[in-house]
Amino acid sequence: MAKAAKVAGSRAMEFMKPGAFKDNARNALADDNLRSAMAMLNAGMIPNRQGAVDRLPEFDLLSQRGRELKDHVLGHLDYYLERFERNCKAAGGQVHWCLTAEDARQAVLKICRSVDAKSVTKGKSMVAEEIHLNQFLEQHEIEPVETDLGEYIIQLAEEPPSHIIGPAIHKTKDQVSDLFLKHHAKLGRTERQTEPPALVNEAREILRQKYFDADVGITGANYLIAETGSSIIVTNEGNGDLTQTLPKIHIVITSLEKVVPTLEDATTFLRILARSATGQDFSAYTTISTGPRRDGDVDGPEEYHVILLDNGRSAMLGSEVHDMLRCIRCGACINHCPVYQSVGGHTYGTVYVGPMGAVLSPALLGVAETKHLPCASTLCGRCEEVCPVSIPLPKLLRQWRARAFEAGDTPQLERWGLSIWAFFARRPWLYGIGARLAMRGLAWLGRERGRLRKLWFAGGWTDGRDLPAPEGRTFQERWRQQQQQQQRQEQHGGGAV
Amino acid sequence: MANQSSKTINVGLFATCLVDLFRPTVGFAAARLIEDAGGTVHVPEQTCCGQPAYNSGDNRNARAIARSVIESFENFDYVVVPSGSCGGMIATHYPELFSDDPEWGGRARALAAKTFELTTFLADVMKTTTSRAVYDGTATYHDACAGLRELGVRDQPRELLAAVEKLDVVEMAETEACCGFGGTFCVKYGEISTDIVSRKTANVVRTGADLLLAGDLGCLLNIAGRLKREGSSVQVRHVAEVLAGMTDDVPAIGEGGENGESRESGGV
Amino acid sequence: MSRDAILGAIRQSLGRPELSTDAKRGLNEHITKHRANVIPARAKGARADLLQRFQEMAEAVSCTVEHVSDEAAVPGAVAEYLRANNLPTQLTLAPDAWLSGLDWDSQSLLESKSGPAGIDDVVSVTPAFAGVAETGTLVALSGAGHPTTLNFVPDYHVVALKTSQVVGAYEEVWDRLRQANEQGRGFAMPRTVNMITGPSRTADIALTIELGAHGPRSLHIVLIDDEKAPG
Repeated sequence: MAKAAKVAGSRAMEFMKPGAFKDNARNALADDNLRSAMAMLNAGMIPNRQGAVDRLPEFDLLSQRGRELKDHVLGHLDYYLERFERNCKAAGGQVHWCLTAEDARQAVLKICRSVDAKSVTKGKSMVAEEIHLNQFLEQHEIEPVETDLGEYIIQLAEEPPSHIIGPAIHKTKDQVSDLFLKHHAKLGRTERQTEPPALVNEAREILRQKYFDADVGITGANYLIAETGSSIIVTNEGNGDLTQTLPKIHIVITSLEKVVPTLEDATTFLRILARSATGQDFSAYTTISTGPRRDGDVDGPEEYHVILLDNGRSAMLGSEVHDMLRCIRCGACINHCPVYQSVGGHTYGTVYVGPMGAVLSPALLGVAETKHLPCASTLCGRCEEVCPVSIPLPKLLRQWRARAFEAGDTPQLERWGLSIWAFFARRPWLYGIGARLAMRGLAWLGRERGRLRKLWFAGGWTDGRDLPAPEGRTFQERWRQQQQQQQRQEQHGGGAV
Repeated sequence: MANQSSKTINVGLFATCLVDLFRPTVGFAAARLIEDAGGTVHVPEQTCCGQPAYNSGDNRNARAIARSVIESFENFDYVVVPSGSCGGMIATHYPELFSDDPEWGGRARALAAKTFELTTFLADVMKTTTSRAVYDGTATYHDACAGLRELGVRDQPRELLAAVEKLDVVEMAETEACCGFGGTFCVKYGEISTDIVSRKTANVVRTGADLLLAGDLGCLLNIAGRLKREGSSVQVRHVAEVLAGMTDDVPAIGEGGENGESRESGGV
Repeated sequence: MSRDAILGAIRQSLGRPELSTDAKRGLNEHITKHRANVIPARAKGARADLLQRFQEMAEAVSCTVEHVSDEAAVPGAVAEYLRANNLPTQLTLAPDAWLSGLDWDSQSLLESKSGPAGIDDVVSVTPAFAGVAETGTLVALSGAGHPTTLNFVPDYHVVALKTSQVVGAYEEVWDRLRQANEQGRGFAMPRTVNMITGPSRTADIALTIELGAHGPRSLHIVLIDDEKAPG
């Protein structure tokens, strides 16, 4: 087990290379399975969200209030975290403050070792992905069992998630059929199922015993409530609830910015989360957990632990990307991003993908390693438009670009291009001469068809598109000429029109 | 059509570098529309709005260029731009660029306040409701991103097009989705850009329209380039060309033809 | 150690020391006032409208709802539901005083036991703390009378709910929860509050919605009309 596990871990790490964005994109664009999965996603997610938003006239008001609440919490984060901790402890829970990913992994390991855990079930947690918990547990001879169906699929495929809401959204039904046959045959499931109901049922039956056998259950948290010391998970499958109810220990892995003041405040976010994420009015299961099993309870965990991860977030507070800490991880920006729609999540090479990932990843991993991500955007602004907490994502992407430019991380060729262009743009008379010559040249090249099929210095453009030829002389040149002609006519004609 | 009784409305036309270089007809169309609506057009010496630098994180050059645009245009009553992208640069991003600069910040905000994308200037400021243009055909309109989201350009071009005689406008699916141009993005990430624009052209073709219109030349060059590469017969034009009735003056974008400047320039 | 480092880093980033006692008092007030933010119009209205909305919203997420005129009819309704849908008749009942007090022996078809759910349990019958009209959501509280496993392990979940337990908005549930739990030792949350909106579902395979991913395949609500007809 441990050996296979290590292979799985390293395989997954191979995906984790944001520096290879362009190569990843090329592979993604050539992947027919991915393309058909993405086409389905694009056709479904956008109208689903729009429908849910349209059904709730108060959506914008809620969204505005959500934004204000997040800003309020971030400005008083120390207070609300301490308050959360106090109330969590009062309910019998334990809070583990972790500055780094390694601190968090060690804290989890220590808890697992306290019950000599062999098997850990896991609900979907992006923070657990962020700290690469599965690989770590495997290295320590603890079997992590992903129970969210999407996470389970990608665990079998030895891949990282490609989307924060639908981790296996890049997989077609046929790919899932193949994966299940390959991995379930040894469990006696030798018939290849091809329809979603049968596939879902097969996973259900196989995972059932795992829930009961696990020593520890790990979930994430969508919110922490300072008032009550509770954590909240929002799911559809019920796997998170089985994960946290059946084992002896429940560990919540979450990060600092998830805290909200009260139940009422959490409610405001719950009203916008599912609508933005999946287009549901409400997810099937919203579970508020507070401490371990009580006197008289006949089920539920005996211990309740909350891992509070910082991992760069406290440094984001008050920085240029402060607003990113408002993110509620709904994934709407991802679904609406034209670049994500083309290349899928794995192309980013990071745990968080799409626009939110391109803003968050440089803060978590450093600008140098992730410099492609903020650049790989058309800045079309649709992400900001659909963000329920109004994160100015294009502005934050530009902030990272500016940071990279200042640090000299922008590619040399691009810097040269920019400085030549800026040299002309700042000198109108030189620009005029250059433009006139260049446009005449281009117009001449495209004189017959009105367009160019190939241009050696613009392969990025002409590989997939023709370049429409310019008309010839520039607007300013023709305008001035026309003005002069008119003036001459006016002089000759005495100004009569 | 000009309102003779009021004083002259001086409009600085910021043609944008793409129009200046690739499609001067759009500049003339914009000028005609502004004049028809009662403005007096001026074209001061100009280059670019600085967006390529700004979007690449080169704020120093972006500011330098912005300062020269501000100096050239701040004395007009209005600045009109036949592009939501460049208009958005001036109207929303110049103030951001100078947010810490007391002198230039004020001048940037003042310029921003009187800068309009062409169709919003015509519809919202000059209250234009009529058109002298005739176009016999079916068009579909692409909502270019910056105009739509930074400047609220959505209904204005459609209202103006509704006044064009004989023109039918049909909506495409995902009309608010990006075409994949994105300034330098289309060259730096050419393959992704091509894939994005292919979704756009598929939606354009599916409408059955014979003409695609938009208010931004960057998007238009991109979409036209892809349509032509795909062998499509759909024609592509800037919305101003149709509104000004100038579609006979020049072939559609990316089309060869007998009239227009391309023929003329061959001999230069 | 990490705790102090994190709190210190937060304060440094915010450019201020720990909050003053006065500032903390203000924040404490925000917490203790439990002020609602924005309650949608759909969560308000006359009783009859809210009850109707509750049912419509629950049905929209694939619940089935049936009405009974009083609680004595619940065991019979459950037996009939299981028979009509060709479901097993071995039930696990929540060990709740009210629910267990109903006359289950009257249904000779049913075989019932009481307690938490085991891996082989197929049908559970539980009470709920509230129903919420705005999204057709059931709210269940964990406790000695309501093991959480009953909501998730069995294949078929039947909930007995009184119309008087149906409220418009989630916030009304929190108010009721605070009232119910505040007696004696101050407000304390139950270990879990389960907000349940329809049976378990997933769209993880090819974005097709399938019910019964890990939790119940169906959710049947027996709604007991315990409110007097509006006068």
